[in-house]
Amino acid sequence: MTDDLLLTARDLTKKFGDFTAVDSIDVEVRKGEAFGFLGPNGAGKSSTMRMIASVSPVTSGELRIFGLDPAVDGQQIRARIGNCPQKDLLDEELSVEENLWVYGRFFGLSRAEVRQRATELLDFAQLSERRADKVEHLSGGMKRRLVIARSLINNPELLLLDEPTTGLDPQARHVLWDRLFRLKRQGVTLIITTHYMDEAEQLCDRLVVMDKGRIAAEGSPRDLIDRYSTREVVEVRFDTDDHAPHAAPLEGIGERMEVLPDRILLYADNGDEAAVAIAGRGVHPLSTLVRRSTLEDVFLHLTGRTLVD
Amino acid sequence: MSVPERIGVLLAYHWVLFKRTISGALVSRFLLPMLFLASMGLGVGSLVDSASGGVDGVPYLLYVVPGLVMVTAMNVAVGESTWPVMGFVKWNEFYRAMINAPQRVIDILVAHWLMIAFNVLISAGAFMVVAALFGGVRSWWSLLALPIAVLTGMAFSTPLFIIAAKASNDSIYSALFRLVVTPIMLFSGAFFPIEQLPTWMQPVAWVTPLWHGIELGRPAFLGTPASTIWWAHVGVLLAYVIGGAWMSARAIRDRLVT
Repeated sequence: MTDDLLLTARDLTKKFGDFTAVDSIDVEVRKGEAFGFLGPNGAGKSSTMRMIASVSPVTSGELRIFGLDPAVDGQQIRARIGNCPQKDLLDEELSVEENLWVYGRFFGLSRAEVRQRATELLDFAQLSERRADKVEHLSGGMKRRLVIARSLINNPELLLLDEPTTGLDPQARHVLWDRLFRLKRQGVTLIITTHYMDEAEQLCDRLVVMDKGRIAAEGSPRDLIDRYSTREVVEVRFDTDDHAPHAAPLEGIGERMEVLPDRILLYADNGDEAAVAIAGRGVHPLSTLVRRSTLEDVFLHLTGRTLVD
Repeated sequence: MSVPERIGVLLAYHWVLFKRTISGALVSRFLLPMLFLASMGLGVGSLVDSASGGVDGVPYLLYVVPGLVMVTAMNVAVGESTWPVMGFVKWNEFYRAMINAPQRVIDILVAHWLMIAFNVLISAGAFMVVAALFGGVRSWWSLLALPIAVLTGMAFSTPLFIIAAKASNDSIYSALFRLVVTPIMLFSGAFFPIEQLPTWMQPVAWVTPLWHGIELGRPAFLGTPASTIWWAHVGVLLAYVIGGAWMSARAIRDRLVT
C-alpha cells in the first residue's frame, strides 16, 4: 500500500439480516482528494460511510483507514476523522459554541484549545454572531454549517460528509459548498455522499456511482460523462401524460434516447443540430431544451432510473 | 485518553446540562419533600401516633422519613433514566455524537450513571436537610442513608436504560410510572411495614429494590441495629445495579453500533 492511500476497501460488504446494504465494493481514496459516493436513497452510501466512520462493523471484506482496521483500532481512527453525519446530532438545548466546546472536549482537547478552535471554526462557518444562541433557534442551513464546524474541531485528516446539503435551500447549499471548497484547498481529504449530481460535480475530484449496494461506475465527473453520456442532451416535452407514443418519430436523432414519464431525452454531441432535426421531422413539442450532459444522465444510463425520485 | 479522562469530559457535558436545569430542580427537590413531610409526616403522623403510639416504637415522622428518602432516590433515578436516556438514544441521538467523537459505549454509560448517582445523592441530601428542619433526623448516623439511597436509586437506574435501547417509543414510560413505580412506592415499606400487607403480597416487596433500600436505610437512620441480613439487602441492590448495567450496555451497544 502506498503512503498516500488514505482509505482502501476490498469486497467491502454490509448486511443487515438478509438485506445486503453494501455488496462487495472496492474503493480507494488518496490523501487530499475529494471523493464522492453518488446514488439515490437506499443505494448503500450511508452504510458505507458509517463503516468508514468506524461506528458500524464490517460484515465481510477488508477496510483500512490510515492503514488501520476499524475493527481493531476504531477509536484511534475516529480520533483522526471529522464526521458530519446525515443527522445533525446536535444538543439543541445548548448554545452554538457550547456544542463545539463539549464536542471538542470529547476528543480530549483542553478547555483552552476548544475555546480557540471554536472561535476559529465559528468564523469559518459564518456563525460568530450566533455563537451564544441556542441551537434550536438556528435555520437548517446554519445547523448544517455548525455540524461541519463541529466535525473540524479535532483538525481531522479525513472529513466524512454524509449528504451535507440534503434538505437545504439553494442559497444555503452554495454557502456550504463554498466552505467545503476552502477545506479542499487547505488539503483536507473529503469523502462525500450525495444524491445531487450538481453537488458531486462541484465538489468531487473522483466519485463512484452506487446503485443497490454496488458500484456501477467510477471516475472523475468529466470522465464519467464522457464515458457514459454524450456532450449534450436535448430535453423534449410534449403536452401529454404519456411520452412513450411520442418516441417513435424521434427515433434515430442523436446517439441514444431515454423516454421518461415527463420528457424524452435525446443524447447527441451537438444538441442544436438534434433540435433542428426534430423540427425537420415536423414534430412540434411543447418545449425543446438543449443542455450539457450531467452526472444525472450518467446515472440514468447506468441504472435506467433518475437520481432523485 | 485514559479512562478517568474520558469519564471526566463526559461528566463535564452532563454538568453543563445539570447547571441548566438546576434552579428548577432545586425547587422541586426541596418543595416536594416539604409537601410530603407536611402531609405524611405531620398529618398522617399525628393520627398514627395518637392512635397507636407510632410504628415499631418510633413516632411516625421518624418512621416515614427514611422511607421517603429512599422513595425520593427511586423517583429521581427513574426520572433521570427514562426520557432523558431515550433522548440521547433516539431523539437528538447525542450518544451517537459521543461515539463519533470518539468515546466508547461503556464510558458514555458509566459517566451518565455517575451523574445520575450524583443527582440522587443531592436529592436525597436535600430531602434530609428538609426532614431535619421538621425534626425528622435525630442522629449523624442518618448520613449513612445517603450512600444507601444512591445504591437504591442506581438499582432502578441501570436496568431502566434497556428500555431506551429497545422501546419503539416513549409511551412505555407512562405505563412504567403507573404500573410499576407508583405501586412500588406504595407497597415497599416506605409508609407502613410490609407485614401489614396480605401474606401473598409480601414477596412482591422482596423483589423490589426499594424495599431492600428501606430495610437498610431505616435502621441507619434511626440508629437502631442493622438488619441481620443487611448483606443480603446490599447484595440484591448490587445485583440490580451490576446486572442492569451489563444488560443495558449490551442493549445500547446493539442499538448504536450496527
